[in-house]
Amino acid sequence: MTATAPPRSTPEAGPSSGKSAGRGRLRPRVPDRLRRIGLPYLLLFPALILELLIHLIPMVVGVVISFKGLTQFFIRDWGSAPWTGLGNYRLAVKFNQPVGEALLHSFWVTVFFTILSVGFSWLIGTAAAILMQDTFRGRAVLRAIFLVPYALPVYAAVITWTFMFQQDTGLVNHVLHDQLHLTSDKPFWLIGPNSFWALVIVSVWKSWPFAFLCLMAGLQNIPRELYEAAAMDGAGVWQQIRKITMPSLRPVNQVLVLVLFLWTFNDFNTPYVMFGQSAPHAADLISIHIYQSSFITWNFGSGSAMSVLLLLFLLLVTAIYLLFTSRKGEPDA
Amino acid sequence: MASPKSFLWTRRVILTLLLLFVLTPVYVMLSSSLKKLQDVQGSFRWIPSGITFRPYIDIWKTVPLAHYFMNSLIVSVSATLLSVAVAIFAAYGVSRYRFAGRRFFTVTVLSTQMFPGILFLLPLFLIFVNIGNTTGIQLYGSRLGLIITYLTFSLPFSIWMLVGYFDSIPRDLDEAAKVDGCGPFGALFRVVVPAAIPGIVAVCVYAFMTAWGEVLFASVMTNDSTRTLAVGLRGYATQNDVYWNQVMAASLVVSVPVVAGFLLLQRYLVAGLTAGAVK
Repeated sequence: MTATAPPRSTPEAGPSSGKSAGRGRLRPRVPDRLRRIGLPYLLLFPALILELLIHLIPMVVGVVISFKGLTQFFIRDWGSAPWTGLGNYRLAVKFNQPVGEALLHSFWVTVFFTILSVGFSWLIGTAAAILMQDTFRGRAVLRAIFLVPYALPVYAAVITWTFMFQQDTGLVNHVLHDQLHLTSDKPFWLIGPNSFWALVIVSVWKSWPFAFLCLMAGLQNIPRELYEAAAMDGAGVWQQIRKITMPSLRPVNQVLVLVLFLWTFNDFNTPYVMFGQSAPHAADLISIHIYQSSFITWNFGSGSAMSVLLLLFLLLVTAIYLLFTSRKGEPDA
Repeated sequence: MASPKSFLWTRRVILTLLLLFVLTPVYVMLSSSLKKLQDVQGSFRWIPSGITFRPYIDIWKTVPLAHYFMNSLIVSVSATLLSVAVAIFAAYGVSRYRFAGRRFFTVTVLSTQMFPGILFLLPLFLIFVNIGNTTGIQLYGSRLGLIITYLTFSLPFSIWMLVGYFDSIPRDLDEAAKVDGCGPFGALFRVVVPAAIPGIVAVCVYAFMTAWGEVLFASVMTNDSTRTLAVGLRGYATQNDVYWNQVMAASLVVSVPVVAGFLLLQRYLVAGLTAGAVK
């Protein structure tokens, strides 16, 4: 990443001449030089156009409508919706009023859900990756099976879980009540307070294989000699895991935890397939909440304001996280 | 390493528990898809009282599953090919050239990865509706509209992964091709792309899987004729009944192509992740 390709005929230009790649050698023809400078932009052009269309313009539109009182009456011509300034935002953060209170509730639900889901996914993924670092019989098959939840389409997998969580016909209650006699009656899993735990379980089931996949990839990069040297020095397996494996995985973990956090926090598919358009109070994740305030109650302005607030929160967390992890990483580098 | 007993036992116990956790839903999906309707309507049974293949025939009639299948296939393949093609050029530019705005571009692309889908859903919905009203081009409800929205997550990821992958290919390779008379595009297609096939395959698999499994945009941006599997599977739930055996059969049918493809190509995905994300 650091060194650019040195111009072929003039090695003395050095690899450190960052921006002047291609200019090191004086070209007689101007169009040729122009082509060289223009080339990267030409390569990027399709991506730039698409980025503009799918990200930049929608984002600007999103921010603009968050300042508008955009309801179903203005969908055909949203430009004519009345300007409300910070009205939508003020409503969203008035935590003693119904709208703000519901938003704050769903924010906390999402925070707890994300911490639990990412925590367990990371823990299980790490354990499985480390336990499967050595070759043993059946390892390849086991690895393929472990990746199945990751490969299954979300709706197919989550629909199966909702079937398992059915109160009267599901596997979960059959096992808990009929077979293990742990519960006196068959509890509801998809409504009421239990729905939060059902959501966490499904989310962990679905996300841990990604952690497993990344960490296995990370483990492949650890040189075997490190373990051999440690074994020579008398370190046992558990000590090797603590002293070699875990520190070596730190760069992978830094990316992994951030990616898992963002995906889980923004997850819409899982709760939507489990609960439909309106989630139970205990499992009202923020993306469903925003969806509901936008498309069910048809208040796009308010939904956009909440989306912008969510984005600002995620940006803030990511910035803090990156600052924290990069500073922490420095002494090792 | 010589593993002590404690390690081996921990391994056995934990891996067995994980195997049960992972496979239980798969077993439920499979066994329930072979049950009669009255069986799935009663209390759950691990062993079906009788096996029937009826659900696998009925799923095509209860809802137009073949039609949804086609829609999903067209949308997912198009979104995948488009994003990977565009990403190859962009990633080559970012990986091989230093230019003004390079860092800005990569940071922007990376950061859009973290944006919630709901953030783009509302504006894209409104933009599509408005384009339809003013120009008559119906993006809202069309397959093209859905393909465009799927680029919001597949394009940034594709660019991000491919930059990492291209960076891991020695620069000398394409420099040598240029010495031999290749232009930059010649070097890209004759040297870099062939060398990056595992990475490109990984990105294709990922983009296809996310598009195939996407629910949010599919629910809002489709109509009766463009509905994808993600929305179509809801059709097995009627006002009075949920045909759980058919739901499970259909889930299995729509899962088989992706799971098979994924398991076949997973070593590329691991290789791609090693080079791209895990660096």
